[in-house]
Parts: sequence; C-alpha cells; structure tokens
Amino acid sequence: MTVDADVARRRIEELLRTNEEQILRRWTLITKATPEELTDLYQALNRALDSGGEDLADVRGLLAELSRSRARQGFTPSETSRAVFGLKEALYEVVEEDGGADALRGFIWFSRLIDDLGLFTFETYATAREKIILDQAEQLLELSTPVVKLWEGIVAVPLVGTLDSARTQVVMEKLLQTLVDTGAEHAVIDITGVPAVDTQVAQHLLKAVVAARLMGAECVISGIRPQIAHTIVTLGIEFGDIVTKASLADALAHALRRSGVQVSTPRGTRISVRTEDA
Amino acid sequence: MERVPILKLGDILIISIQIDLEDQSVLALQEDLAEAVVAHSARGVIIDITAVEIVDSFIGRMLATIAAMSRMLDAQTVVVGMRPAVAITLVELGLSLGGVRTALNLEKGVALLDHVRGATP
Repeated sequence: MTVDADVARRRIEELLRTNEEQILRRWTLITKATPEELTDLYQALNRALDSGGEDLADVRGLLAELSRSRARQGFTPSETSRAVFGLKEALYEVVEEDGGADALRGFIWFSRLIDDLGLFTFETYATAREKIILDQAEQLLELSTPVVKLWEGIVAVPLVGTLDSARTQVVMEKLLQTLVDTGAEHAVIDITGVPAVDTQVAQHLLKAVVAARLMGAECVISGIRPQIAHTIVTLGIEFGDIVTKASLADALAHALRRSGVQVSTPRGTRISVRTEDA
Repeated sequence: MERVPILKLGDILIISIQIDLEDQSVLALQEDLAEAVVAHSARGVIIDITAVEIVDSFIGRMLATIAAMSRMLDAQTVVVGMRPAVAITLVELGLSLGGVRTALNLEKGVALLDHVRGATP
C-alpha cells in the first residue's frame, strides 16, 4: 500500500469513528433495517478496520446472520445487499462535508470493501438456497423409491419418474437390501411410471436385475408400455433371458407360479394350476 | 496362510468364507475342494460369502472357476449370502457369474440343490 492510500484509508477510518451517530442514523433511514443490526455491523466493521482491516470474520458472520434473517422475512437478496451498499451513501455525505482529497480517495477504497461485503451477503443467500435444494432432492430420492411386498417372498419396486444413475443406484441398493431383509426370492421392477427408456436407463435396469440374480433372487421387469417396447426394439437393446411382462399383474402371476403358489377364485376355478420347473 | 475349512453335510460340501482371502488361500481352497468333491463324491457345493464385504475381480473369477471345476466333477455350485454391496460391485466389474447358481441364504441354497437333484435323479 502506498503512503497516499494509507493516509486516505486512515482518514476514512477516522471519519467513520467520529461521525458514527450521524452515519448510522442516515444508514438506518436509507435501508429500513433495524438500528440494532446496523449498529452491531457498524461496530464490528470499525473493530475490523482498527485491527488492520484484514480480519473480517466477525463482520462476515454478522452479515451471514443478517442475510439469513432477512431471507426468512421474505426480503430478496438484492434488497439485503442494497442495505449493505446503503452504508456508502451514508458515508458519502460525511465525506462531502469533509471535502478533502484524502477523504475522497479513501472513499473509493472503502466503497470497494463494502462492495465485497454486499456481494458476500448475496453468496450466503445463494449457498443457503442451494443447501435447501440439495436437501429436497435427497428427500425426493427417498420418497420416490419404495419397495413394497406383494406376497410372501415377492417384492415389487414401482418406479415413477425419470431414471438417472443416482436414482437407479438408490433403487438398486434399496431393492437388494430388501431382498436380504425379507428373504424374498422374487422381485418385480415395474416401470409403468417411467416416461422414457433409453439405452442408459435400460443399462441401469439390467444392472439391477443382474445384481439381484447374483444374490439369488429372480427379477421380472413389468409395465412396459407399447411405445416403450417399440423404442427398446428400435434401439436394439437386448434384455437377454430377463423375463419382461406387460403389466404388474402378469408379473405377479408369473412370480406366484414360479414360487409354486396356486390361486383360485371363490368358485374354485384355478387360475394358476401348475408349478413351473425351476 | 489361512486355510478355508470345507464342511460336509450329507452329499453337499459347504465352504464358509470368513477371512480376507489372499491369492494363496484361494489357490489352496480350489485344490482342497477338488479333492474333497472326489473323496466324498459330493453332488453339490455351497459357497457361503455372507461374511465377505469386499470383492475384486480375482474373487469373482475364483467363484466362476470353482463352479466350472465342480461341474466337471458332476457337482452343482451355489453361491449363497451375497451382500448387496458385493453384488453391485460384481455387476460394475462386469462379472455376472454366468453358470453359477445363487441363493439368498444357506437354507435356500440347500433347498435349491435338493430341488435340482429331485429334478434330475
């Protein structure tokens, strides 16, 4: 820092100290924030400047708090940062009265500092928002992947919504864990609610089926709509020896047959008569 | 070097892997097993990997090799108790263990072998 800049800076610090009351009053008027908040902030800023102006941790902490509380009250981040920028306007009136070249030069330096702090409130706001979005995405992930028991030894995973790698991973882990917990030997993955199947989604599904098979359970994929069947064939995706059924009911019937359950209507007409050889 | 014990239950051999397998142990196990299958004229082999938490391609190949070897000696191999994480790892490694039968637990593995033998006496 050159000698000139140093002098200018000291001049501003002096002005900030001596005109505290006036600046604070003006600042409160401009920003519509509570005087307590601004006084705390102002004093923290003064303290930071006294100790060399490098350690702004206190100021930042207060700003983060301010930004959060104002966000809760429904203020936009622009309004919050504008409140911080208001300090420049309040100080400028004092500088104008002073009129010295040092004070004006120092004002430039000070205004840069305030800009940084104002932007910091914006960043805090954005970070808080991002965290909320991440949390929600996680909750959505958990909500959207239930594993339901259809019958003794038969579980189903009704998939709703777009499948991506992260989601398939969660589904796969949950399905496999359920197989361990319940000892189910048959699983049905129902994709009725999946809007589109491309090669990647198919790949994910195949992985889930093979993993279940490795653990000793049989997997059936159901709910393949006509358009999706068309797409799968057009894309040239091979499902190999994996059993696929058009509807969940067909898949359940298949699983029941495989586990040797016989279903009959009240009149005694048997629907599923034969146990297939494994 | 730790050796994996081979247990006999009727005409089924049961191997329960409860240690971190080294390459040497795996090779010894394969030899021991081949001898045991012949000695007891076993019809089925069950490999229990409930306690195995980490697999690599070597273990994956071991399972396939044991299965192929047992099949040569007319014994069916069933891998039981695979953990979800292990299954996912094997799939990601591209090892689908074709030709190896699997079951959720030892009980179901024994039932599966009984069923298979019932079908082809």
